[in-house]
Amino acid sequence: MLRFLVRRLVVALLVVATVMTLAFILTRLSGDLAVSIAGPSATQADVDAVRKAYGLDRPLITQFFDWAGRAATGDLGDSYFFKTRVSTLIGERMPVTLTLGITGLLIALIVSLPLGIMAAVRENTVFDRIVQLVALFGQAMPSFWLGLLLMILFGLKLGWLPISGTDSWESYIMPGVVLAFSAIPALTRLTRAGMIQALGSDYIRTARAKGLSRASILLKHALRNAAIPVVAIAAVQLGFMLGGSIVIEQVFALHGVGFLAWESIAKNDFPVVQSVVLVLAVIYVALTMLADLMNAVLDPRLRAA
Amino acid sequence: MTALLEVERLQVRFGATAAVRGASLSVAPGETHCLVGESGCGKSVTALAVMNLLARGGGRQAERLAFEGEDLLKLSERGMARLRGNAMAMIFQEPMTSLNPAYTVGSQMTEVLRRHKGASQRVAIDRAADLLARVGITAPGLRLGQFPHQLSGGLRQRVMIAMALMCEPRLLIADEPTTALDVTVQAQILRLLAGLQRDLGLGLLLITHDLGVVARVATRVSVMYAGEVVERAPTAELFANPRHPYTQGLLRCVPVPGKIRRDQPLGAIRGTVPRIGAGFAGCAFRERCDFADETCQRTIPRRSMGAAHDYLCRLPA
Amino acid sequence: MSDTAAAAPLRGPRRGWRSAATWFGATIVGIAAFCAIFAPLLVPHDPFAQDLGKRLLVPFWMDGSDPHHLLGTDQLGRDYLSRLIWGCRISMLIGVTVSLVSGVIGITLGVLGGFIGGRADDAVLFAITTRLALPVVLVALAVVGLLGSSMTLLVITLGLLQWDRFAVVSRATTMQVRTLDYVAAAWCAGCSRFRILAREVLPNIASHLVVVATLEAALAILLEAALSFLGLGVPPPLPSWGLMIAEAKDYMFFSPWLIVIPGVALFVLVLGINLLGDGLRDQFGARSE
Repeated sequence: MLRFLVRRLVVALLVVATVMTLAFILTRLSGDLAVSIAGPSATQADVDAVRKAYGLDRPLITQFFDWAGRAATGDLGDSYFFKTRVSTLIGERMPVTLTLGITGLLIALIVSLPLGIMAAVRENTVFDRIVQLVALFGQAMPSFWLGLLLMILFGLKLGWLPISGTDSWESYIMPGVVLAFSAIPALTRLTRAGMIQALGSDYIRTARAKGLSRASILLKHALRNAAIPVVAIAAVQLGFMLGGSIVIEQVFALHGVGFLAWESIAKNDFPVVQSVVLVLAVIYVALTMLADLMNAVLDPRLRAA
Repeated sequence: MTALLEVERLQVRFGATAAVRGASLSVAPGETHCLVGESGCGKSVTALAVMNLLARGGGRQAERLAFEGEDLLKLSERGMARLRGNAMAMIFQEPMTSLNPAYTVGSQMTEVLRRHKGASQRVAIDRAADLLARVGITAPGLRLGQFPHQLSGGLRQRVMIAMALMCEPRLLIADEPTTALDVTVQAQILRLLAGLQRDLGLGLLLITHDLGVVARVATRVSVMYAGEVVERAPTAELFANPRHPYTQGLLRCVPVPGKIRRDQPLGAIRGTVPRIGAGFAGCAFRERCDFADETCQRTIPRRSMGAAHDYLCRLPA
Repeated sequence: MSDTAAAAPLRGPRRGWRSAATWFGATIVGIAAFCAIFAPLLVPHDPFAQDLGKRLLVPFWMDGSDPHHLLGTDQLGRDYLSRLIWGCRISMLIGVTVSLVSGVIGITLGVLGGFIGGRADDAVLFAITTRLALPVVLVALAVVGLLGSSMTLLVITLGLLQWDRFAVVSRATTMQVRTLDYVAAAWCAGCSRFRILAREVLPNIASHLVVVATLEAALAILLEAALSFLGLGVPPPLPSWGLMIAEAKDYMFFSPWLIVIPGVALFVLVLGINLLGDGLRDQFGARSE
């Protein structure tokens, strides 16, 4: 187990280092950053001044190691546009994105777990078919479009929920639902498949032979084993949701990290862009490791290995 | 004395396939009743049908299916669940997969007693430890805290047996409990089962294809072939005087030390079990039988040889 | 007599080509492909021609619609049906080309990793892990935002970001196929690595890859729509469905059909591709069993 963890950690660090490199290269793709920062009306002297001020006159490799070295200690540099530290900016915006992501994941789990379990219990019935169809529909739904439709319906026609902003917890309901939609199909299918497999297993026959109640058979004996892959995917999905929340933050004007990234891309504020990519990748990697740990808790066989 | 378990003309179907075709048998309190037959003859399905544990898509019908006089066919799933693991318990062929990998041995054992007897966790743990010791597991306290994957196959089957005994069942159904185990462990487990049956006075329905086992432990034997019980008799009577050609064939296949000479070839039953489709009538063994004639295609009578011995064949007693 | 109703024969839902859902999906994809190929012949009006005198005409099911513009017109007076058909062409083009690009990358990596194993496989697994750690939408937005939007750039970017599933599936299936008896026999017969890859491995994993390709095409179409919606996808005035929704956003409270029409089109097309993909998976799965 310890060896596994160490190996996992080394791979995770390598992934983060690679993402750092990619994020750095990404922001240098557009050619001369000094020109774009200085703006269209700048003179050559202005551009040179900018280049010098931001350290862009140094060799790329020096710039990279300077950035990477600072990032490793948590210093992500300064934003060109907002004129503040990037870590402060991300720190301010992160709570909105995290709240949104976790709300989305919770809604997704509340919907998909019961649906998946009931579909598995009623395998091959009309109910099961409907659940599978709903999963397919969810998969085909463009999230930003769903967001707009909900805004028209619940925001404008019914007036139940705020259309944008983050003033109250209600502001997170619509974006949370929209974000949840992206995870519901996968989670439902996986729960269903896991439960079908578990329900067909020998230990469930044993549980029935022991005369246990239906609830205990389903929720204690079957779900515990079916949950193992679901937990892993739920963590990964949360990572995807945080990365994908950029679209939904845009639709609902939520000023989270995604919105920040979008603004920064438009403003050529590359320290912010590369930092957001890096931070989201680190969160994703951390989530997958968390999933491994949770699986070790759920599945005693993994603990020994 | 009423039988512990009565099964009359049990039929089990999976879709168009008939797995059990009118099997009848009974288990008396305190006896070891062996159900023998080759793979696929419907032994396990019969046991599962009695417990109402048939896999999805399996349907059972019977003229009578009763436990201690109570009609199991009329019992709801809830009512059946109250009996299972309590008055009647079952252990399975697959010890490696029959325990839930996610819970400790102790947790899985105690939940039976807590469910059926409303016992406290402390009482249940004590009882579980007692039973683990009883089935020959050393250091029961250690084992209770372990997970199934930490135990060998033989240990897991002992755990399954101990778990089945938690609520002092009157009937224990053991479905080929030793097939998946090493030969050395097989003998231990069988000795254990026979000993427990004797000590606790429970009725044991032991399903096996091993006639050596039958000869050693059985009080009575039911021989099953292609979904029917073709012969029922007390053990000694069956071995001494088998009437059904299939039983005779089975017995010829068993090497008995001292009786059969080394150079003499063992018997074999020619052919294979036929596919039984809809509308099949007559004796299912006729294709493989040396005594078959055209009358074997008609419905076969059940013939009796005294009170305890009967068989399903046109041949007279 | 019995406690269970006379056992009905076991029957699951119809799968593969025997399922109506598969045919439904195939029909949608067929219609979309037809519209995409023949878009210049099908459009009733020039999808780019503005007519400010005919702005925001309503579609045919509403009162006061113009029979010349079945689905009405947008905020610049462009015929909505024509733009919708042209948008179908863009979506299909994106779906097909992104699948091709990501397929080439993913299958190469996956097959090499699965076939060679060892260090090469470790490297491929690492590449997949790294790719999954990158936030797709954000990186795609950044690339397009920094380099300027064009169809080619969009296709290459999405292709570079979406090969992971191709790699995962082709790696797993290659490993499976590699251990099969006839592949071992080909080894023993002295066939070259390349020959075994081309003649034994690829044909055997092809069906899995077709299924992945449909899923990836659907995903690419959704991603393109999202990027275009954010203003960093297909460059205007090209009528991408995502862009149409973005442009209609300011009018959606008064003219909701403007976002409903392209959204429904997007949803139905992606649904159709997914249904077809599921059907193909079941079809291939049933055959291999």
